[in-house]
Amino acid sequence: MAVEAHELTKDYKYGFHDVDVSVFRTEKGLSPEVVAAISQHKNEPEWMLKFRLKALQHFEKRAMPTWGADLSGIDFNNIYYYVKPIEEQAGRDWDDVPESIKQTFDKLGIPEAERKFLAGVSAQYDSEVVYHNIRADLEKLGVIFGDCDTGLRDHSEIFRKYFGTVIPPNDNKFAALNSAVWSGGSFVYVPAGVRVDIPLQAYFRINSDNMGQFERTLIIAEEGSYVHYIEGCTAPTYSSDSLHSAVVEIIAHKNAHVRYTTIQNWSNNVYNLVTKRAIAYEGATVEWIDGNLGSKITMKYPAIYLMGERAHGEVLSAAFAGEGQHQDAGAKCVHVAPHTTSNIVSRSISKDGGRTSYRGHIKVYPKAHDVKVSVRCDALLLDEASQSDTYPYSDIENSDVTFGHEATVSKIGEDQIFYLTSRGIPEAEATALIVNGFFEPFVKELPMEYAVELNRLLAVQMEGSVG
Amino acid sequence: MSDKPTLLVAGLHAEVDGKEILKGVDLRVPAGEIHALMGPNGSGKSTLAYTLMGHPKYAVTGGKASFDGHDLLSLTPDERARLGIFLSFQYPTAIPGVTMVNFLRASLRSLGKEMPAREFMQTLKREMEALKMDEEFRARYVNEGYSGGEKKRAEILQLAMLRPKLAILDETDSGLDVDALRTVAEGVKRLAGPDLGILIITHYYRILEFLTPDVVHVLHDGRVVRSGGASLAREIEHTGYDPILGVTAAGAA
Repeated sequence: MAVEAHELTKDYKYGFHDVDVSVFRTEKGLSPEVVAAISQHKNEPEWMLKFRLKALQHFEKRAMPTWGADLSGIDFNNIYYYVKPIEEQAGRDWDDVPESIKQTFDKLGIPEAERKFLAGVSAQYDSEVVYHNIRADLEKLGVIFGDCDTGLRDHSEIFRKYFGTVIPPNDNKFAALNSAVWSGGSFVYVPAGVRVDIPLQAYFRINSDNMGQFERTLIIAEEGSYVHYIEGCTAPTYSSDSLHSAVVEIIAHKNAHVRYTTIQNWSNNVYNLVTKRAIAYEGATVEWIDGNLGSKITMKYPAIYLMGERAHGEVLSAAFAGEGQHQDAGAKCVHVAPHTTSNIVSRSISKDGGRTSYRGHIKVYPKAHDVKVSVRCDALLLDEASQSDTYPYSDIENSDVTFGHEATVSKIGEDQIFYLTSRGIPEAEATALIVNGFFEPFVKELPMEYAVELNRLLAVQMEGSVG
Repeated sequence: MSDKPTLLVAGLHAEVDGKEILKGVDLRVPAGEIHALMGPNGSGKSTLAYTLMGHPKYAVTGGKASFDGHDLLSLTPDERARLGIFLSFQYPTAIPGVTMVNFLRASLRSLGKEMPAREFMQTLKREMEALKMDEEFRARYVNEGYSGGEKKRAEILQLAMLRPKLAILDETDSGLDVDALRTVAEGVKRLAGPDLGILIITHYYRILEFLTPDVVHVLHDGRVVRSGGASLAREIEHTGYDPILGVTAAGAA
């Protein structure tokens, strides 16, 4: 039975859920029949059905990963793998979206954000994108922004050229699962030389109970182009767990620049197990700006493969783990070409027994000389019950590498609190100020509207600790 | 009851980590007066400052302290600040990621002295110029990477912005060269007036050349052993603490 949001948590403001409006859903559990039903329902070409069925085999063959967070609570048989919320394909008019779904996105501020500061918006509800739109001038320049199903149908040549090439279906158990049952997500294509000056945003909302959301995102930035893609996500708070397992692939061609920002704010009953990987060719820059506030368990290690000379990768992450949460996040940078650079900055906060882990992997291939790597992880513990650990791995096969690694774990100091309270600031607010300051390197990289929202979310999280 | 906000300390005992440092301090600082609290190292000067502001590490074991008729000892540090008490720290703590502007605004809001943004920025600009502080300070994080002199200026800037009724300046002169000392002292002097009581805690006479005290107290071994006019400070500058404390030690023996 679904439990009303406010009974479970008073702090998570997105915990509401709508009545079930789905028009089709596969039966619970996973089988070749379920996979075939998804593909058939989407009217997919044969190659995609084969791709899915092969991926299912990989999924079944692979053991559950045990090296990270505790995933033993996931019951793959108790999940709906495909829940279709609307009859029609996603449209470009909010008026075509069913009223209850529209209200959800209204509450989440999506249409307002689109009007104010976005170049395009996509909104996914359970398994399907129910709305997407892009500014007309960008569309004229050849920019494509829609869901991956539309990408497969309307832009099949380019879609097929890149789909599954960065993260093959047998990459890991959850990438295999996503490859078998994927639905929705974003397909972004930016032609050579085009700069998308303001962000594109996708919003992912789980509504159904015992639901798995498996969106698939593919971003292709042609030579010299620029795009900033933002994703946000929330879910109702149910008494049983949901699963979110996305695959995100980015291809940044020569001198392209892709920035991918995530503000993950799932409710605390969502397993968030995501594979994100980018390929940066010569002179390209890829930045993952990755904020993890919600979910029960997150395992996510955005990766950048620096394939061409002078490619640059940045992973800037912030994680907040409260009661019952484990944020197992990190980064992976693989230097294949010479003169490549990468910079990893991780900030995490644990509170009320929450746990954060930084898991990083730096790999430098023998032919990659003149490589610069910088890794910095700072963890802040707000109480004795909380925990933070660091698992840095490096595998460096060239001697001409500058590698800096720094990690700290600290507690909020009595002297910091005293200093702020001596200026009249109450202790709870003083703690919040210190926490916000700790996340500042992350927050200052966000567009202003998101920075404000993140600070507000942090304030809500902090309020939970008082009284 | 005094009609002016007055700091009253009577027989104050305090310990840190189980060691008694203050052993019965008596002190009275009314608004409108500048008092200097002098004493050799280890006499308990900074302990008194922290105890009056309410640092959790300092445990009061006896005596009284009040401000403007309110018992201080039952209040948290932020409540004391809202009564109008300000402590300029000898070693201000860094708050990474929090800009001076955000910090000051949060503080003013907590003190119930919030100003419109424009007025705030104008006031800040004026006060920073008076303290010869670079404009970039506004965006710098509180006390992070500041030089010794910058930290002291930043403390006085806060004093100027927050406008308390009692300012306790803990070794504000330490680690400053003569020019910086003059700037800081003049900064304090500008704020002095009938509504502000000032307690300057110092080891040296230097700062008192710029800020003439109305009353000078000498603290020794956790007690105020002598009080006098500005001439007492000059006497200490001239002869050192020994003759003054020698008399006391003999009397106590």
